Amino acid sequence: MNRQSIIAVMMLLAFGAARLTFEQRLSTELRAAHFHGARLDLDMREQIGQMAFLAALSGFRAPVADGLFLHAYTAWENVEWGRMKLDYDAATSLQPRCELFWDTAGWQMAYNASNAAFSDRNQPREALRLKAQREYFKLGEDYFLHGIANNPEKPSLYNSLGMLYRDKLKDHCKASDIFKKYSKLSGALTYGERFSAYELAQCPGHEREAYEKLVELYNRGENERLPTLLKWIRNLQDTFNIPAEKRINIPPEKP
Amino acid sequence: MNAISSATRHQHFSIARISAISSNTLLELIRLKVFYFMLIFALVIIGSSFFLVKLTFQAQFQVLKDVALGAMSIFTWLLAVLSTAMLLPKDIEDRTLYTILAKPVPRLEYLLGKLIGVLLLLFVAISFMSALFVVVLYAKQQSAIAELVARSGSDGAAAEIRSILSETFTWNLVPGIIFIYLKAALCAALTLLLSTFASSTIFTIMVSVVIYIIGHVQPIARDYVVHSHGASSATIVWLTLESLLIPDLSAFSLVDDIAAGTAISMNLFLQTAGMGGIYVIVYFLVGYFVFWFKEL
Repeated sequence: MNRQSIIAVMMLLAFGAARLTFEQRLSTELRAAHFHGARLDLDMREQIGQMAFLAALSGFRAPVADGLFLHAYTAWENVEWGRMKLDYDAATSLQPRCELFWDTAGWQMAYNASNAAFSDRNQPREALRLKAQREYFKLGEDYFLHGIANNPEKPSLYNSLGMLYRDKLKDHCKASDIFKKYSKLSGALTYGERFSAYELAQCPGHEREAYEKLVELYNRGENERLPTLLKWIRNLQDTFNIPAEKRINIPPEKP
Repeated sequence: MNAISSATRHQHFSIARISAISSNTLLELIRLKVFYFMLIFALVIIGSSFFLVKLTFQAQFQVLKDVALGAMSIFTWLLAVLSTAMLLPKDIEDRTLYTILAKPVPRLEYLLGKLIGVLLLLFVAISFMSALFVVVLYAKQQSAIAELVARSGSDGAAAEIRSILSETFTWNLVPGIIFIYLKAALCAALTLLLSTFASSTIFTIMVSVVIYIIGHVQPIARDYVVHSHGASSATIVWLTLESLLIPDLSAFSLVDDIAAGTAISMNLFLQTAGMGGIYVIVYFLVGYFVFWFKEL
């Protein structure tokens, strides 16, 4: 190596030292803005194979993630739940900012795989089938929670998680909380606030709070006075024995 | 007397000379068959993403954008490395370099002209690819909207049409494409630097490819250096050298997240783009320093 080459290397080292702090700060700022959230480690290499890992490392992780997402469909068609989960794990790790990947992975686990586990003809014991079904609910919940952690500003995952708590896990307190968060996000549909109140009405110890919220929604006008809202107000008025003069007059449900 | 006046008329730095070298370099590169081959291949991949999306009934626009932007990214980088790696060796082999430098053309102008020529080529290539990407995305958008309207009528599908429109074209894609260009420009400047002291084109290309891969895991190395997770001193020294010598290319790999809907603020865009510009300038200047002393 001649003298000029050594000086050139020294110049590059000096430039490297000068940019190190700036790049570290820039990298932190980019992460805070939800960039570079992908997890690329040895576990990932084992999951997706050497070539795909190299492609992902070289800046082509989005097409690799798409490929895995498409491959997960094949696994679904072949009812290979384990294979499908591995594909979704890899796809969501490579492209954590794609809410659809999380949403689909959560839905597949919580609705399809859980149903398949419950209907498993090879397992005669119902208790074990229920246990397996519950485990898949939890896997679905995990996808939604991790998806929300990576995409806190996008409403669709809150909606899916709220529905999972409401319909599958029957955890009305958590469902209410998630629907409440959902309703506050930009792009959320208008039912979020109502759903939150309905779920709160079924959350033990929060019925009074739910009643106040439902009345508030009722007072907003005709658009909010939907049959389910009226049903919950009527039920809670009966539960709390609200005096007639303070009651909202709601006609009884038709049989 | 005439000789003296012509010598005083000679400018030490001439934009005209640089533009002559750069336009010739661009012309020379465009005439190469490899350029057409790669551009056509990239355009075919971008175009085929229209049909590739049929493999999925969900995330069609996501897949289309990922495939097209991924193809743009890989082909601009390949063009940058391959076209730059052969510039100097080819000029030496053809003896063009000696003819040029025998005239009153400083080495700075020669090297700058070459780099600008490559940057122009990359600009032409990425413009073609972006134009086709926009056409494919627009065609897919229109076919999706037409399908939706035929199914549920224009009034019933208003919300879904809005969703399709927001999924396809966003202004965020522009900075994403600019980052693809910047990364390729950085790789071109780095390859030019390598070719100033490398003895063969193959060596330059191989080293560029290796640096490209290592450059994408830079944050991991830098984190180790900054936080020193109990690593041995030899590891720390090695990673420090690596962090200092190799560019952080992951900083410019933002297009994947942008395609997934992550918005980039103007402040972050300017910081990252500025960093890319500084890389290009520094690598060019170091390359010039080596080239200045190179015995030809």
